[in-house]
Amino acid sequence: MQLIHFAILSPFLLAFVVPFLFKYVRRIHTGWFVLILPILLFTYFIQLLQITSNGRTLFSQAEWIPSLGMNFTVYVDGLSLLFALLITGIGALVVLYSIFYLSKEKEQLGSFYTYLLMFMTAMLGVVLSDNMVVLYLFWELTSISSFLLIGYWYKRERSRYGATKSLLITVFGGLAMLGGFILIYLITDSFSIREAVNQLQLIMASPYFIPAMVLILLGAFTKSAQFPFYIWLPDAMEAPTPVSSYLHSATMVKAGIYLVARFSPIFAISEVWFWTISIVGLITLFWGSFHAVRQNDLKAILAFSTVSQLGMIMLMLGVGAAAIHENNPAFFGAAVLAAIFHLINHATFKGSLFMAAGIIDHETGTRDIRKLGGLMTIMPITFTITLIGTFSMAGLPPFNGFLSKELFFTSMIRISDISFTDVSTWGAVFPAIAWLASVFTFIYSMMIVFKTFRGRLNVDQLEKKPHEAPIGMLIPPIILAALVVTFFFFPNILAYSVIEPAIQAIIPEAIQTGSRFAVKIEAWHGFQPELYMTIGVVALGTIGYLTLSKWRPMYNIFKEKWSFNALYDRSLIGVEKGSYRLTNSYMTGFLRDYLVYVFGFMIIVLGSVMFYKQAFSFQTEHAASIGTYEAILSLVMVAATVTTVFARSRLTAIIALGVMGYTLSLFFVIFRAPDLALTQLIIETISVALFLLCFYHLPKLSLKQKTRRFKLTNLIISLGVGVVVTCLAFASTSQQSLDTISTYFIENSYKLAGGDNIVNVILVDFRGFDTLFEITVLAIAALGIYGLLKVKAQGKRKRGVRR
Amino acid sequence: MRKIDTNDMLLQVTTKITAFIILLFSLHLFLAGHNNPGGGFIGGLMSAGAVVLLLLAYDLKTVRRILPFDFIYVAGVGLLVAILTGMGSFLFGAPFLSHAFDYFQLPFLGKTELATAVLFDIGVYLVVVGVTMTIIQTIGEKE
Repeated sequence: MQLIHFAILSPFLLAFVVPFLFKYVRRIHTGWFVLILPILLFTYFIQLLQITSNGRTLFSQAEWIPSLGMNFTVYVDGLSLLFALLITGIGALVVLYSIFYLSKEKEQLGSFYTYLLMFMTAMLGVVLSDNMVVLYLFWELTSISSFLLIGYWYKRERSRYGATKSLLITVFGGLAMLGGFILIYLITDSFSIREAVNQLQLIMASPYFIPAMVLILLGAFTKSAQFPFYIWLPDAMEAPTPVSSYLHSATMVKAGIYLVARFSPIFAISEVWFWTISIVGLITLFWGSFHAVRQNDLKAILAFSTVSQLGMIMLMLGVGAAAIHENNPAFFGAAVLAAIFHLINHATFKGSLFMAAGIIDHETGTRDIRKLGGLMTIMPITFTITLIGTFSMAGLPPFNGFLSKELFFTSMIRISDISFTDVSTWGAVFPAIAWLASVFTFIYSMMIVFKTFRGRLNVDQLEKKPHEAPIGMLIPPIILAALVVTFFFFPNILAYSVIEPAIQAIIPEAIQTGSRFAVKIEAWHGFQPELYMTIGVVALGTIGYLTLSKWRPMYNIFKEKWSFNALYDRSLIGVEKGSYRLTNSYMTGFLRDYLVYVFGFMIIVLGSVMFYKQAFSFQTEHAASIGTYEAILSLVMVAATVTTVFARSRLTAIIALGVMGYTLSLFFVIFRAPDLALTQLIIETISVALFLLCFYHLPKLSLKQKTRRFKLTNLIISLGVGVVVTCLAFASTSQQSLDTISTYFIENSYKLAGGDNIVNVILVDFRGFDTLFEITVLAIAALGIYGLLKVKAQGKRKRGVRR
Repeated sequence: MRKIDTNDMLLQVTTKITAFIILLFSLHLFLAGHNNPGGGFIGGLMSAGAVVLLLLAYDLKTVRRILPFDFIYVAGVGLLVAILTGMGSFLFGAPFLSHAFDYFQLPFLGKTELATAVLFDIGVYLVVVGVTMTIIQTIGEKE
C-alpha cells in the first residue's frame, strides 16, 4: 500500500464517517466536510502531471490475492491521470454545488454523500487499476453507486424505475466485460492490461480475439450509453442534478470511453474494432441529437445530448484506430487528439449546463421548456452560463466546443483516406451524417438557451417566484464556464501536459521515441472544408430552429410502442411473468411436496451414481457382530418407527419419534461415541420440546384427506430412501478402497491442536471453517424464523387496530 | 407459550434447583470439550435445555424477566466472536482461523492449557444458545 492506493481508497474510507458527521454535526452542512477531500485529491493528481507529461508512468502494486493473480495494481499514465483529474476536479465542484442544492434540513445528506464518495473511489479505481479483475470490481461498484444515487429519492416511482433500468443494463454489460477479461486471461495467463499489451502477438493469433473484443465492447457501450443501450441514461435523470452533472455527464458514462481507449493498443489492430466502434458511435451521435430536439424537459434534452456527444467521442476513437493500420499514424491520430480534447471540453460545458438546469429547476420549480421563458433579466448570471455552455456545445466560437468540433470534422473528412474505405461510399457517409447530427445539436442547443431565457415570462405557470440562485450555487458553473472560454483562447495549456500523454497511452504507434506528437489546436486554419461545414451547420441550424414548430410534429411518427424503451419494459415484464409461472408450478406451499422433491432427488442421484459406478456390495466381514443389546435396540427402533407412521394422534407420533432418537443415542453409547451420544440426547430433548410447541398451532391430523395416490407416493419415496441408504451404508463399509482420514486426526489432534477430544478438535480447529459456516447457517435460519413469525404477527396486529 | 393453568408446584420447585445444575453442567461440558466429551455445541444445547425447562415449568413472561434480552442478539454476538477469533490470526500474519495453544502456570489452577480454539468455541456456544432459544421463543409466543 502506497500513497496512491490510499488516495484511491480515501473517499471510500471517508464514506464510513459521513453518516456520523451528518447525525451529530447537524449545524454544518455535511458537504463542507466532504468537499475537502476531492480538493486534496485534485491537487495530488495535478502534482502527478510532472511524471506523465514527461512521458513516464507510475506503477505501484499492493498484493491482494497473489495466488490468483489478483493484485491492486495502480498504473498512472496520461490517459488514467486525465480521468483522475476529471473525477476529482468535477467532483469538487459538484460537491460544492450540492451543498446549496440539497437542503440540510430536508434531505438525507448522510446517505447522499456516502454514495457519492463510494462512487468517487470506484471511478478512480476503474481508471487507475491495471489489474482487470480489480478494474471489474470497481466498475461494478460504479454501477451500484449510480443505482443508489439515481434512486436517491426512492419514494418516487420514476426514480426507482430509472435506478433499476440503469443497474440492469450496465451490470449486464459489466458481466460481459468480465467474460472478455477472462478470455484475455486465458490467452496471456495474466490479469494485467500492460502484460496483455506486451503479448499482443499472442492475443492476435488467438481464436478468442474477436469474442474477447466483442464482450469488452459490450461493457463499454452499455456504460457509455451507446446505441441501443442508451435508454437507461434519460431515465437516470431522476437523480438529483448534482449527480446527473457528475455521474451521468462528466465521469461515469465516460468509463466506457476510457475502456475503449485503454484497450485500443490491444484491439485497434483489427478492422472489426474500427467498424464496430465507428458505426455504433455514428448512430449514437445522430440518434441522440435527433431525439434531443423532441424533448421538452431541460434535463432530458441534456441527457440525449450527452448520449449524442458520447457517441461522437466514441466515433473519434474508432477513427483514431485507423492510425495503427495506415502508415501515417500522425494523420489519423488527430482523431484521437480530437476525442481527448472533446472529452475535456464536454466535461466543462455539459457540467456547467447541468448545473444551470439544476439552478433553473431549483429556483422556478419546473424544467419544462413549454412553461419556462423570459428568465434572462431575472437570472442574468445563469443566463450567461447557459449561453456559454450551449454555444460551446453548438460548436460556435469563441468557446472550446468550436475547436473540438472543427477537429471532429477534420477527422471525419480524413476517413475517406483510410485504405479500406473510399470516398464514394463510407468516406462520404460518415461526414454527411456527422454534419447532419451537428445541425440537430445546434438546434437543441438553441432551444435550451432561448426557450428558457427569452420569450414571455409566465409566472403563474411556475411553481415558485423565480429569482437568481445563491452565489455558492453559481460558483461551480461559473468556474466551468470560465474554463470553456479559457480553453478556446489557450488550448495549448492542455496540449503537452494532458493531451499528448493521453494520446501516447491510446496509440503508442503515433509517437516515435524521442519525438513529440504535434498537438495543433488552432481556432483559425484558413478557408478549409471544416469552416464551410461549420457555417453550413449554423445556417441550416438557424433555419431549423426558427421553423421548429412546423416540423417538430414529425416526431410523432416514432411511436413509443416501437421504441427500445418499450422493448425493455416488455421483456422485463415477460421475464417476470415467466419466472412467476415457473416458480408457481412447483412451489405449492405444502411441505409434503417439498419433501417429495428433496427425497426424490436424493434417491435418483445417489441411486444412479451407485448404479453407474457398480458400487453395490454387501460384504459383512468387516462389520461387527450383532449382540443382544443391538438386537433389542433395533427392535425398539422398528417398533417406534411403525408407531410413528400409523399413529392416530399427532402427540403419539411425536413421542414415538422421540423414542427413536433416544434409542439412536443409546446406539452411540454402545459404539463408544460419547460426543455423538450426548449431542443426540440433547438434540432429541430440545426437538421434542419444539415439536410440542408447534403442536399447538397445527390443525388436527385428519386421516380422511389422505388419498390413495398420496399414500402410494409416500410409500414409494420412503421405500426408495430406505433402500438407497441401506445400500450406501453397506457399500461404504464393505469396500475400503481409500485409507480413512481418521488416522491423521488421531495422530495429530494432540500434537497440533493440543486437544485429546478428536471430535471437538475437528470441530473447532481442523474443520473450524466448516463449523463457522454451520453456525452462520444456523443463525440465518433463526433470523428467518424470527422474521417470518414476528413480521406476520405484527402485520396482524396492525390490521386489527385498523379494524 | 400458552400459560398453563394448573399450578405445577412440583415441577416449579424442582426446576429452581435443577435448572442451575444443568446450567453448571453445561458450563462444565463446554470447558471440558477440548479433552473430554463436550464442547461449545453440546454445551450450548444443554444450556438451551435448561432454559427450555424453565419455560415449561413457568411461562414466557417469567423467563423474559429472568433473562431480559433478545436471544437473536446472543446468536449475533456469538457469530461475531467466532469471526473475530478467525480474523485475530491476521494480526500474526497467519491464515484465517489459525489456532494457537500453550501451557501456562496459573494461580489455583496449576499448569493449564489455554487455546484460542476456546474463544472460537465460545462463539459456537453463544450461537447455539441464541439460535435454539430464538426459535423456541418465537414459535412459543406466537398466538
